[in-house]
Amino acid sequence: MWTWILVGLTFTLYIGIAIYSRASSTGEFYVAGKGVHPIANGLATAADWMSAASFIGMAGLISFSGYDGSVYLMGWTGGYVLLALLLAPYLRKFGKFTVPDFIGDRYYSNFARVVAVLCALIVSFTYVAGQMRGVGLVFSRFLQVNIDTGVIIGMFIVLFYAVLGGMKGITYTQVAQYCVLIFAFMVPAIFISIQITGNPIPQFGFGSSGEDGVYLLDKLDGLHRELGFHEYTSGSKSKIDVFFITAALMVGTAGLPHVIVRFFTVKKVSDARKSAGWALLFIAILYTTAPAIAVFARTNMIETVSNRKYNEVPEWFSNWETTGLIKFNDKNNDGKIQYVADTSKNELTVDRDIMVLANPEIAHLPNWVIALVAAGALAAALSTAAGLLLVISASISHDLIKKIINPKISEKGELIAARLSAVVAVIIAGWFGINPPDFVAATVALAFGLAAASFFPAIILGIFYKRMNKEGAIAGMVTGILLMLFYMMKFKFDWFGGGTKADWWFGISPEGFGTVAMLVNFVVSIIISSFTPKPSREVQEIVENIRIPSGAGEASEH
Amino acid sequence: MTDKQKAKAYWKKNLKYLGILLSIWFLVSYVFGILLVEQLNTIKIGGFKLGFWFAQQGSIYVFVILIFVYIRLMNRLDKKFNLDS
Repeated sequence: MWTWILVGLTFTLYIGIAIYSRASSTGEFYVAGKGVHPIANGLATAADWMSAASFIGMAGLISFSGYDGSVYLMGWTGGYVLLALLLAPYLRKFGKFTVPDFIGDRYYSNFARVVAVLCALIVSFTYVAGQMRGVGLVFSRFLQVNIDTGVIIGMFIVLFYAVLGGMKGITYTQVAQYCVLIFAFMVPAIFISIQITGNPIPQFGFGSSGEDGVYLLDKLDGLHRELGFHEYTSGSKSKIDVFFITAALMVGTAGLPHVIVRFFTVKKVSDARKSAGWALLFIAILYTTAPAIAVFARTNMIETVSNRKYNEVPEWFSNWETTGLIKFNDKNNDGKIQYVADTSKNELTVDRDIMVLANPEIAHLPNWVIALVAAGALAAALSTAAGLLLVISASISHDLIKKIINPKISEKGELIAARLSAVVAVIIAGWFGINPPDFVAATVALAFGLAAASFFPAIILGIFYKRMNKEGAIAGMVTGILLMLFYMMKFKFDWFGGGTKADWWFGISPEGFGTVAMLVNFVVSIIISSFTPKPSREVQEIVENIRIPSGAGEASEH
Repeated sequence: MTDKQKAKAYWKKNLKYLGILLSIWFLVSYVFGILLVEQLNTIKIGGFKLGFWFAQQGSIYVFVILIFVYIRLMNRLDKKFNLDS
């Protein structure tokens, strides 16, 4: 009941905002007319960035991997430092609509533009499919509708406000969605922190002690040792792999087109820097709470189920068992739940995605808190999906149709094309949400590797190295993305002879390989460019011009 | 100073800031949170092992501070060179 009310209320709010702030020009549709206040843009960026994966998945992932989960925490926040210092101000000064715009103009080549468009489409589609699935999951668990119906409801909502409102509409909807999602994330975290440690601030709570006077982390390390898991506060991954995965996620974050484009929406260069700062502050609130939730949830779960009689389990356990996300198999027939590291003796499998959703139930919080979490998860999934759909539609209507296929298209025609491509993109995304291919889960993490291997070096060199020319940039992007795709297919999909962990190059997993591919991209770009002609005087002037902040006007195209 | 020299001096100063701030960025995450994590874990602050704390909390706080420091430095620099828009 509570769930329907809260979800209904928030959805009405999102649609209301979209109608109020709908877009009437391409400038408004792509970049909200470049008039967004930096704090509003920071809020919108945070909502855009924090997807179903951050809201639902991340704390659960950390909960099950302990220290190893740090790669996501550092990787997905550290990227904003790169964005604020190395990309956002210069791209805003450049003043166009999309990332392929920058690549195409800076490298005076439509081929480079097309390569960039393809990279943007690959990255965005893998990402958006995961969001739709998240929407379906929440609907099916909390509103008792079929998972496919859930996806379709989500599709209609996103369709409505992304197509109508464009960037202007989704910016203000995302501001509202941030408020909903952060409130929904913090309320149960604070409750549980008080319950377990008496400290209302979760960030401090998980470093304090419980009623028995033992530090929570020490207790958890002890439980882990007892059950045969690696200690919670130390990792199981190799150091080099942790290093490379963190780097790939950081650089990938800075190269994601739906994040970069948010910095095109503010008025001036200094505002672009400011919004990156605000965005990271708003993101950090959730990202510093998530590891606390992970610890609370892990301790709670082990203490609730380990060695307990199966017919005495609490209600939430049975609820999730019916969805198939918790499985129990009484291997030694003693009627008790053995949860241990040894797979031949372990009797319990818990899907780590349910930890955030089940956490309030495990801690016996009131029903409205559980409803709030559902509404928050939907806000997180919908805001990210909308941002991605906009990137996809802009890539098609602006970068492909306007810039390459039919440059004479009128603004009205382009706006119609933009809306139509958003519709098509929603339908494809919805289809992936209903029929998720096996590789979606695997590729979402790899989307960062792809972004790191392709865009990042081309953009950085385009700003910081005046001598970089189109031959170098294209060769770099093509080598980078092909190398990354090759490694990913070899070790994830078993193509090109496949291979196991023992065959990884330098012991680096496919998730961390984006860093290697990025380095190769840098080296190839620099070597090739030094053997080919310098870019023209005009192009070098573009570079000099984006390096100084003054004179960033409106979008320079219309 | 001509406009050209001005732009050059501004850029040089910017690169210097970037160098310093990115070194700190690297230090708190890659050095404290990953490379030296075991050594730092022998130090405990409250219930936190220090290396673990840097990896899951401290590095993020420092990232936020770094961006706001950069915003301040650059706003001042823009003013000094008269390049704010």
